[in-house]
Amino acid sequence: MARILIIAEHLNGKLNSSTARCVTCAREIKPDAIDVLVLSEAPDSIAAEAAKIESVSKVLTVANPANAHALAAVCAPQIAAVAKNGYSHVFAPSTTFGKDLAPRVAALLGVAQVSDVMKANDAHTFQRPIYAGNAIVTVHAPADQILVATVRTASYPAAGNGANAAPIEAMNVSVELPTHTRFVELAQAKSDRPDLQSARRVVSGGRGVGSKENFAIIFQLADKLGAAVGASRAAVDAGYVPSDLQVGQTGKIIAPELYMAIGISGAIQHLTGIKDAGTIVAINKDGEAPIFEVADIGLVGDLFKLIPELEQALN
Amino acid sequence: MKILVGYKRVVDYNVRIQVKPDGSGVVSDGVKLSANPFDDIALEEALRLREKGIATEVIVATIGPADCQAHLRNGLAMGANRAIHVVTSDAIQPLTAARTLLKLIEKEQPQIVILGKQAIDDDCNQTGQMLAALWNRPQATFASKVDVTGNAVRVTREVDAGLETIEVDLPAVITTDLRLNEPRFIKLPDIMKAKSKPLETIEFAALAVESGDHLKTTNYAPPAKRSRGVMVKDAAELVAALKTKGLL
Repeated sequence: MARILIIAEHLNGKLNSSTARCVTCAREIKPDAIDVLVLSEAPDSIAAEAAKIESVSKVLTVANPANAHALAAVCAPQIAAVAKNGYSHVFAPSTTFGKDLAPRVAALLGVAQVSDVMKANDAHTFQRPIYAGNAIVTVHAPADQILVATVRTASYPAAGNGANAAPIEAMNVSVELPTHTRFVELAQAKSDRPDLQSARRVVSGGRGVGSKENFAIIFQLADKLGAAVGASRAAVDAGYVPSDLQVGQTGKIIAPELYMAIGISGAIQHLTGIKDAGTIVAINKDGEAPIFEVADIGLVGDLFKLIPELEQALN
Repeated sequence: MKILVGYKRVVDYNVRIQVKPDGSGVVSDGVKLSANPFDDIALEEALRLREKGIATEVIVATIGPADCQAHLRNGLAMGANRAIHVVTSDAIQPLTAARTLLKLIEKEQPQIVILGKQAIDDDCNQTGQMLAALWNRPQATFASKVDVTGNAVRVTREVDAGLETIEVDLPAVITTDLRLNEPRFIKLPDIMKAKSKPLETIEFAALAVESGDHLKTTNYAPPAKRSRGVMVKDAAELVAALKTKGLL
């Protein structure tokens, strides 16, 4: 009997869509229950959002000032304790939140973790990428242990938040919480643009953009399209944009309907971050760039000439 | 203060991985092997902490087959004081790796353990977090800045929402992200010097580690391929193509 516990990701009182993507993955297993666990200082509004997600059976909340920030060392023992209440699976999104947290839970439970699940063949058989997505492996986990997994969010659409009204249950978890780890601050770029990980359209710039100042052209096009902005590792390393815009193997893995790669040559590490995009558009001055091997629509030329023309054509 | 660095050998990041036609694995014969890039960053950070006078000794450790010695010599040439080689010909999984590293921690009593955030072969991103849990100590993952102050360390972490700073008490586990530093190049005289640095070998079985290799991999497949699409001449054609696809 599969009972899946999904760890809700949230920030500033809002549920992240990665949680609903985990629900879609959980549904592949056809479990008997999909419960969502919200650890927070003030979980009520987050839990209310989670309760609306289709297929969620129950939302559990643990209100504790220690949960004000998602510190893995603090959250993990609470999750491990809840998981032992008859859960067969613990899922977290394969975002920096889940990547940080899930292995700590797995180790406390003494079990292995399956990272980046992209398909569940059955309750204990999963497909996941290795070598920057250059190979897909099928892994089997033992059925007699709790299975901890992170879900590759780009592989799953978010479950709808329709008419569901799952019951919300407040819990007390009595485990000792460490004080050796303290939150100091979160520096977040203020942006009105859509979130990179859930945006339907993304415009990304690479080394070809040339400078931080020149990146304005990427932001401008993105705004015209109502798109989020991304970047290649080269552009981030060169300091054109902050690291949270990086798309690729070690950055964000995304699946927008439209991805525009501008001045990006297309290293395999970058391509692994966009392979689930609906349509890839590449604009690059080098017609031999590897990005054109995966682009649905390619345009060779100088981006500084083409982008203003593109904006004009969009009017 | 001692720093222990996890230093894994992986298929070089420039190698184009090929899946074997029978699905039994990836082609590994004759491919170039290198240090996991994140582990090079981990070692570099440890060396810088030693150069600042914060650490006194940097130990590199790997878990791998007998021919990993040359790989550890590279770590010594980069500047580590000594190396520990846990010898096993089996490919172990993160939980086993974490349990093995914990044995080395018990033996060496480091104040800081630095690992790469993930190895670029299995892309698991688990070992550091698991080790911190088993050690019952803090973890500061995906580090882009490390400031040691007294008995604590402030770590800036690359997270999806931006840059998060946390403070953790020592001892602690840190895992590195790409922008923490740029690893130094190894100089020829250092390669000579590395030959005489201590390299301890320990048989994996001698550590009596409980295996955490619970996962069984049954098939390797190449990823679904995206095919080459169409080329357009200019911006107007691009917009037309996007409209045809219903994207505008």
